[in-house]
Amino acid sequence: MTVKLTALSAVGSLVWGTLLAAMRVSPVPLMRGFGTAYVNIVRNIPLTVIILFCSAGLADVFGVTMGAEDFKVQGFRLAVLGLVAYTAAFVCEALRSGMNTVPLGQAEAARAIGLSFTQTLWLVVLPQAFRSVIGPLANVLIALTKNTTVAAAIGVAEAAYLMKTMIENEAQTLLIGAVFAFGFVVLTLPTGLFMGWLSKRLAVKR
Amino acid sequence: MSSVLYDTPGPRAKRRNVIFTVLFAVLILLLLWWVWLKMDEKDLFASAQWKPFTESQAWTTYLLPGLADTLKAASLAMVIALPLGAVFGISRLSDHRWVRGASGTVVEFFRAIPVLLLMLFANEFYARSTDISSEDRPLYAVVTGLVLYNAAVLAEIVKAGVLALPKGQTEAAYAIGLRKGQTMSSILLPQSVTAMLPAIVSQLVVIVKDTALGGVMIGFTELLNSRGTLAANYANPIPSFIVVAIMFIVLNFILTSFASWLERRLRRSKRSTGAVLGAEKVDDLNAAEVGGSFGSGADH
Repeated sequence: MTVKLTALSAVGSLVWGTLLAAMRVSPVPLMRGFGTAYVNIVRNIPLTVIILFCSAGLADVFGVTMGAEDFKVQGFRLAVLGLVAYTAAFVCEALRSGMNTVPLGQAEAARAIGLSFTQTLWLVVLPQAFRSVIGPLANVLIALTKNTTVAAAIGVAEAAYLMKTMIENEAQTLLIGAVFAFGFVVLTLPTGLFMGWLSKRLAVKR
Repeated sequence: MSSVLYDTPGPRAKRRNVIFTVLFAVLILLLLWWVWLKMDEKDLFASAQWKPFTESQAWTTYLLPGLADTLKAASLAMVIALPLGAVFGISRLSDHRWVRGASGTVVEFFRAIPVLLLMLFANEFYARSTDISSEDRPLYAVVTGLVLYNAAVLAEIVKAGVLALPKGQTEAAYAIGLRKGQTMSSILLPQSVTAMLPAIVSQLVVIVKDTALGGVMIGFTELLNSRGTLAANYANPIPSFIVVAIMFIVLNFILTSFASWLERRLRRSKRSTGAVLGAEKVDDLNAAEVGGSFGSGADH
């Protein structure tokens, strides 16, 4: 469940985060303002508040059930929604710092050959920015893996929820705690190593 | 305004920008309108929903004690985690391999585990092995979880702060005959503490946000938990969410602004060595970059 949550939220937040980053550098002032406001607001709210709001606020009051009839499926989808909304802000910040590492000349050259803003961003700047932010993005991904535990707050049966029920019912608190802790080390360690290798491999050589 | 990504808009681009602005504004307005409709449908604009917040009772019984508990847990965690983090950070820089290895393992381990798991575990552990009263237990558990995790992160901050100092500082200290301990305590630490301040303040934001975990999962009566009680009493889930979210935003925004003000000030000051650990570093450190130094490479 933890892995499923992580994977879905990672994809979602990558897309939404990229869109936000594009908004923050776009020529339309309103979009820039929206992007900045979104990032500043979301980054300063605890994830727990966001996830709880998704469940208690969105589902119960606004009737957003994400097309799910089952309560459990709904909780899962809302948790993904909350995680995406939260993580995207961090993806956006990482990408923006990545864009700053792309030399000015690249964007200037792109403009000089007549590319529009969308083309400059999509064909020239973003591909290079992505390659230079694989390291920071890996950190966001690892943080996301750990943040999925917050979904336990709305009853999604992921690792923290299971551990809570298990240590309340079984005697070997220490052992169960150690197993779950080890599980997370196993999850995050290869991600870190693989992304570290990838970022070295794909780094733009200048 | 122009940027390197696009030309200064000419007449056509200006028109296009206006069109996009209008489209985007319409989109946002549609969204707001939908929110408004739904809220109106549920009578969320009725004064009964918002009235509690204009009276002192809701604040004095629920929100302010909640805020106080949030701040109490956060500051306790920070105060305990700082010296622990400093010890681990310094021992990670030790010349002895086994000291370095042991503290490195501990730090990486606790950074890789979600805070929530640590809190849950601490809660259960205290319940079984100690006789802390069940009223105090949540606070103990929350603080323990936060301390374990943040000591590990602070250790990394301390390590990075010391490493960020120019190498000449250590060499000069050795040259005038100081021993390793003296070099650390009278030359390196005093300078790196100022360099680390912005990063430490940013970490405080993370701690404040993480206290909310304890409120939901182990019944610690902090701000988010008090919101639940308040909402149950006045039957106003959405307004209470909005008020609490705003309180968190204001609190953290003050901290973030303070951190970036410190950072700017330190960068300007002539007396420092110019080594400053910014807030950006903190985002990286919280992710537990297990097994390597990627992410803080050439792109920072």
